[in-house]
Amino acid sequence: MQRKVKLTCQNVWKLYGAHADGLLKGDTQPNDADLQRTNTIGAVRDASLEIGEGEIYVIMGLSGSGKSTLVRCLSRLIEPTAGKITFDGEDLLAMSPKQLIDLRRTKIGMVFQHFALLPHLTVLQNVSFPLDIQGVDRVTRETRAMEMITTVGLEGRENYFPNQLSGGQQQRVGIARSLVGDPEIWFLDEPFSALDPLIRREMQDEFLRLQSLLKKTIVFITHDFDEAIRLADRIAVMKDGRIEQIATPEQLILHPASDYVAEFTQHIAREKVLSLRSIATPDMTAGEFAGDLSGSLKVAEAADVIEGANAPFRVLDEDGTPIGQVTSEIVIDVLIGRTHR
Amino acid sequence: MNALTRFFRAPWTFWIALLLITWALSTWSFPLYKALDARWIIRFPAQLQVPLDVWLTAFFKWLQNDADLFLFTFRDLTRFLSSLIEWPYDQVRALMADGFESGQGSNAVEIAPPLSWIAVIFILIALGRYARDWWLAALVGGCFVYLAVFGQWDSAMVTLSSVIIAVPIGVALGLGIGILTYRSLWFDRLIRPLLDLMQTVPVFAYLVPVLVLFGFGPVAALIATLIYATPPMVRIASLALKSVPTEVVEAGRIVGCTERQMMWRVLVPSAMPTLMVGVNQVIMLTLNMVIIASMIGAGGLGFDVLSALRRLDIGGGIEAGVAIVVMAIALDRLSQAFVRRPPSAILPADLGTLRRHPWLVTTLVVVVVTYLLGLFLPAVQSYPAALTLTTGTFWSDAMEWININYFDTFEAVKSFFLTVLLLPVKRFFSGIPWAWGIIAMGLAAWRVGGWRLGLMAALMTTFIAASGFWAKAMITIYLCGVSVLIAYAIGVPLGIWAGQNTRVNSVVGAIMDTLQTLPSFVYLIPVVMLFRVGDFSAMIAIVLYALAPAVRYAAHGIRSIDPQMIEAGLVSGCTPRQLLWRVKLPLAAPSLLLGLNQTIMLALSMLVITALVGTRDLGQEVYIALTKADTGHGIVAGLCVAFIAIIADRILTALSKSSKQRVEAA
Ligand SMILES: Nc1ncnc2c1ncn2[C@@H]1O[C@H](COP(=O)(O)OP(=O)(O)OP(=O)(O)O)[C@@H](O)[C@H]1O
Ligand SMILES: [Mg+2]
Repeated sequence: MQRKVKLTCQNVWKLYGAHADGLLKGDTQPNDADLQRTNTIGAVRDASLEIGEGEIYVIMGLSGSGKSTLVRCLSRLIEPTAGKITFDGEDLLAMSPKQLIDLRRTKIGMVFQHFALLPHLTVLQNVSFPLDIQGVDRVTRETRAMEMITTVGLEGRENYFPNQLSGGQQQRVGIARSLVGDPEIWFLDEPFSALDPLIRREMQDEFLRLQSLLKKTIVFITHDFDEAIRLADRIAVMKDGRIEQIATPEQLILHPASDYVAEFTQHIAREKVLSLRSIATPDMTAGEFAGDLSGSLKVAEAADVIEGANAPFRVLDEDGTPIGQVTSEIVIDVLIGRTHR
Repeated sequence: MNALTRFFRAPWTFWIALLLITWALSTWSFPLYKALDARWIIRFPAQLQVPLDVWLTAFFKWLQNDADLFLFTFRDLTRFLSSLIEWPYDQVRALMADGFESGQGSNAVEIAPPLSWIAVIFILIALGRYARDWWLAALVGGCFVYLAVFGQWDSAMVTLSSVIIAVPIGVALGLGIGILTYRSLWFDRLIRPLLDLMQTVPVFAYLVPVLVLFGFGPVAALIATLIYATPPMVRIASLALKSVPTEVVEAGRIVGCTERQMMWRVLVPSAMPTLMVGVNQVIMLTLNMVIIASMIGAGGLGFDVLSALRRLDIGGGIEAGVAIVVMAIALDRLSQAFVRRPPSAILPADLGTLRRHPWLVTTLVVVVVTYLLGLFLPAVQSYPAALTLTTGTFWSDAMEWININYFDTFEAVKSFFLTVLLLPVKRFFSGIPWAWGIIAMGLAAWRVGGWRLGLMAALMTTFIAASGFWAKAMITIYLCGVSVLIAYAIGVPLGIWAGQNTRVNSVVGAIMDTLQTLPSFVYLIPVVMLFRVGDFSAMIAIVLYALAPAVRYAAHGIRSIDPQMIEAGLVSGCTPRQLLWRVKLPLAAPSLLLGLNQTIMLALSMLVITALVGTRDLGQEVYIALTKADTGHGIVAGLCVAFIAIIADRILTALSKSSKQRVEAA
């Protein structure tokens, strides 16, 4: 599954403090002691990542781990202290203010944790605001904004002011506004964190539905591992400004790179994340199989069938080639969370 | 031995020692000077005095007469500035009060009369309805009907014209400078101390240079008003822009706003509610100042009060004073309603002008119709003189009656306060030798806020001594101190009571609102009528004026205590009294200190105005300078007041910071 690369960053640093610039002169990289000594905060440290086109890339970490700072560096809302960022192969940090404005108007959309709606504008005006400042005429921009409002399910409320809407509705407005310019890349900074758990769930479904229609490149920030698992194609786990691990949800659960990452994965319902492909054992010695199962099935979906049979199942790849077998013992291991036998 | 070291270590030992030494020196300074024949002990040596006032006066003379800024002279600049303000002012004044004329002096022919009283009242009612509801419309309309019926219309319209000119200029200037402070950190740093100074220098002090540079008249008054009313707007604008949430700013950036779009489409509209608070402030300050500025020619209601005070015309003074109050309340409530007004629903564009702007259209119709009718019916144009009522004689009679029947009571109260409180405190402060004053001030400030603050306080005190105003400054401190003490002693219990009881709170809140709406000038009228001129009258006026913040901050401090803290106190078995003294008051301490700070600032600003009722402090020096147009003298005396205010402010800020840390650490 090779995707075209949309956005990259290499060795990006963001330091806060009086001596921030001095610490990154030349090739030297400051360590914890350097930062402590100079009273500098390392909000992002030596972050590198590569985001493919059409991918949902989740950046995950606890509060204060530098997620917001990193995503703001990626959109150059914050100037990184050091590092390189490319957008469609172009050097983002070398762009002039004018180029940057053009890029943002046409290619970038962003959703904020606290919605960031303009309080003096109605829903319709808020959603059409990005087009308004580009000088798009009123009829065109309001038609387009109405489309977006309908897409996020807020039709009938276009003349409300933000303070007349619930949190979930306000975030729908934020989403509509970020999509009205039809951006290529879509940044979401903890978009659902300020919402109640039930509404959050509903908004996640909504988000997945939208993405299945729009197929944007997405950078999604969250501190909620469940949310990350649910939405991500790939996850980057951050800790204290550093990226600890970049992996798919399954790999993250099966092979956590550190105890820190493992800590997150412990309370996850593994059977809903892991697919048969990733738990199948390659030996096919059983000789007799109860049947064939697709490798992309999640364990939870196949558990009943596998446990009901008294022989193992054969696991097949997308193109039908067998890749291994699953036994009911393996499924039980996954279900009760046993990792070593 | 152990007890002795403990005594010296105890935190209050320092303060007791400082007070004792000061008291001793204050009591014995005069005998000491006699015994040693060292006059320098009580008087700052004349040969060391810095003639800053003389220099300043000379500088302003030079500015006015000779200063040449290459392309034009300074005088051209002031003339240009005046004409910039004069033209719009003349137009507005013609529209509101005088009518439009062509020709000069006695040959002038009236082209058009001013707006009729009916039209003005209708406009205000429409504004009230638009800003909130019919209640407000009725209140505002009623206030202005009062002005017409009680014969204050013409003066009120002159005052209103000044407000109409000064407010937009003040708001625009304030917003502009506020935007610059937002854009440039460097400019922000530069302007901040200047704002501090402008807000602590008493108003009279800049009446003097303005008078010298711009001459007597309404334009000078407007310029002084702008200098007074703009700094708070700068602060509020700067604060409002800075407190637009970061995410909103980022949202503006990410959709690709240019710098200009950022400012005018995102920042300013998002900050609008706070900016409107600033507009309300500018309106109230303008009204306050327009009245004080009647001393340099603003005319209108302020002039009426001033001349009535000078003539001791009790009835006239109160009538004009009440008119000011009425107008202040109307303008305040109206502008506050605009602050709180929710954004209006968007109406479709195809509805037609009348349906979309019903008020605008009706108002225009009323203006035109009353104008046409007014040409034939004088009663429509201006309120018929025969129907005006006057309360002047009523007030005079009432005052006379009070004075006849209660003169002895008032005198007894007055002399009681004078002998028990005012005179002893005055003696204490007046006795302090200047050299010790500097040291003591430095020590106190050092103790509270570290050596930097100590040094600053000592230097500022030295400035006061070296400019020859030591004695007057001590009288200022005494009068201010006593008044603040009393205001605080009344205000804090009241505030605590209000903080614990919602019903009391709404009543007290309403009274404080009204007290704060009144221009400072107004407080003088009843006080002088009842107690004659002198320190006691000044004290009462100051206490009334400075009461509000003491009450407000105390109530706020009590109300904003975390309820869990109170529950914790209750659970551990506190009696209500213990709860107040052991839990609530310590937690409210930072707020109480802030209230004290504000009380002192208001007291100082009022103190200067009480110079009109014959106090002998720095305010009087400024006032004298004003009457003699002695620029240097006025500015230096004004700076002394400002320094006293700044020292008090910094010390209390340091105190409240440390008490806040204590509360938060707990
Ligand atoms: N402007 C700033 N000045 C100084 N330090 C900052 C600044 N912005 C962020 N930081 C610091 O950088 C670190 C990372 O902050 P960031 O906001 O990126 O965290 P986050 O992962 O988004 O956390 P959250 O989940 O709370 O939003 C924090 O320690 C924060 O204190
Ligand atoms: Mg964040």
